[in-house]
Amino acid sequence: MRKAKHPPVFWLFLAPVLVAFVLVIVVPFLLGVYYSFTNWSATARIGENLAFIGFGNYAKILKDPSFAYSFMLTVVYTILNMIAINVIAFSLAMLVTQRLKGRNVYRAGFFVPNLIGGLILGYIWQFIFNNAVPSIGTLLGFDSWAAAENLVLAKSATALLALVVVGAWQYAGYIMVIYVAAIENIPQELIEAAQIDGASPLRRLFAITLPMTSQAFTITLFLTLVNSFKQFDVNVSLTAGGPAVMFMDQPIYGTQLLAMNIYNQGFKSNDMAGGQARAVIFFLVLAIVSVIQVSVNKKKEIEL
Amino acid sequence: MTDRRRGAIALEILAVLLFLLFLFPFFIVLVNAAKIPFEITQSPLTFPAEWRKIVDNMVTIWTSVNIRYSQSFLSSVIITAASLVLLNLLASQAAWALVRTKTKLSAGIFITFVAAMVIPFQIVMFPLLTWFREIAQFTGIRLLRSYAGIVLAYIGFGMSQSIFMFHGFIKSIPLELEEAATIDGCTPRQIFFKIIFPILKPIHATVLVLNGIWIWNDYLLPLLILGKGNSVMTIPLAVSNFAGAYVKQWDLILTAILMAMIPIVIFFLIAQKSIIKGMVAGSIK
Repeated sequence: MRKAKHPPVFWLFLAPVLVAFVLVIVVPFLLGVYYSFTNWSATARIGENLAFIGFGNYAKILKDPSFAYSFMLTVVYTILNMIAINVIAFSLAMLVTQRLKGRNVYRAGFFVPNLIGGLILGYIWQFIFNNAVPSIGTLLGFDSWAAAENLVLAKSATALLALVVVGAWQYAGYIMVIYVAAIENIPQELIEAAQIDGASPLRRLFAITLPMTSQAFTITLFLTLVNSFKQFDVNVSLTAGGPAVMFMDQPIYGTQLLAMNIYNQGFKSNDMAGGQARAVIFFLVLAIVSVIQVSVNKKKEIEL
Repeated sequence: MTDRRRGAIALEILAVLLFLLFLFPFFIVLVNAAKIPFEITQSPLTFPAEWRKIVDNMVTIWTSVNIRYSQSFLSSVIITAASLVLLNLLASQAAWALVRTKTKLSAGIFITFVAAMVIPFQIVMFPLLTWFREIAQFTGIRLLRSYAGIVLAYIGFGMSQSIFMFHGFIKSIPLELEEAATIDGCTPRQIFFKIIFPILKPIHATVLVLNGIWIWNDYLLPLLILGKGNSVMTIPLAVSNFAGAYVKQWDLILTAILMAMIPIVIFFLIAQKSIIKGMVAGSIK
């Protein structure tokens, strides 16, 4: 007797996840792409005849200053955040792989912010920037720090930097752990040989540590790229998109990253189709950029 | 003192300073959660006049009818626990079925799951709401503002990565083990639950940690599916509902934040090693 190609247990074990997958991801994804080409609104029902308007929503987005601004802001934020996180994380990893007495305690301390959700971290830092920083200013003799217009979150440029500070603080410890694993995997003989040859610490960093951890960089850059680009929680709780700025003669949110722009377009402006078209662009850009990043990094990896 | 020793001490001091700098925000939360509003505006950087106030603030948060913190805490526990149990059970079953059935269809299903990991939540969030509302219309099963809906959503969104991680682990389990059991007359289900499931213990821990931290802290998905101020709320929703209000009662907001952090920090102190290991394993795969 021939064995069944797919025994009953195969379907029995797969059925629940397939159902969940179709209900939660496949159907909404396909609906979402379709809706972005229609005049869909929040009240529209599935099966109702929606007017197909082709690339109408996309054409509108290209002319919308708030999207252009959010897009540029997100690119700047992503670049700054990637640099900040990776530089800090790698430096911390170098530090905690030295022979330090309390290195496990330091590692744990740097890691902790990562366990707490972005939303809560954002509120903590809102308090720090609005209350603790002016107080520190007074202690140091800079009374002007307490003036409402000088608060970090009161200007869009410094508020963006504040988002980077919180992003780096949240994520550096996590990325650090990945670098630590990579650094500890470097064969000790290599480092000893370099030391005997008289290579300076800086030389050892560039000739050994960085090339030998290149695989870790593929991962860390990917993670920081995707997470920065999708940032939403900290944005909501730290700045809520504010303060307002003028852009192309229109008042718009000064620190509204793309994820928040999509959310607000759908729920605050009640333009679901427009929000959905933004989400499709968001998905395509993220997919393309991360594929490029991974393939560029892969080429630079050293085969061990 | 040699140069080397001096260098080592300098590094140690640098590490301690950075450590304190990293924990400074938590210090700010802790000292201000024990103050009255006037003290906070006067001196947010100093120790509180009376630490006892922290208990009063915590009681206020826990019992407040407006914030509904205790209720949200319970909901968060239910949602996280139910999602984790189901994710671990269903994903490990599915991964085992996919590894042990070597057909084109099986490979295709696996690739589809993996590919779905790149889909950002933003692209499915609007239609998901309409679709869930529609399902409720046809079947009578309420998915919005309900435990069933949010747990289903977490299973859907967490499934890909969980299956992927179980899949990698199960591939390394020798087939002989299962063949011997088959000869002894075990059914496939018995093989999975009696033999495979116990072997998966380390990877179960990794998947639990990874999904647990994500689900416990998640904000956007509960915001959409449960909404703020409805009967079922999670802790992040309750905190944002309260902290986002126009008048900022920082003494109570920071207390609520402190209370939201305590369970995670305790969990971290108990299971530090497996948490760090789990989160790194999740990233590298």
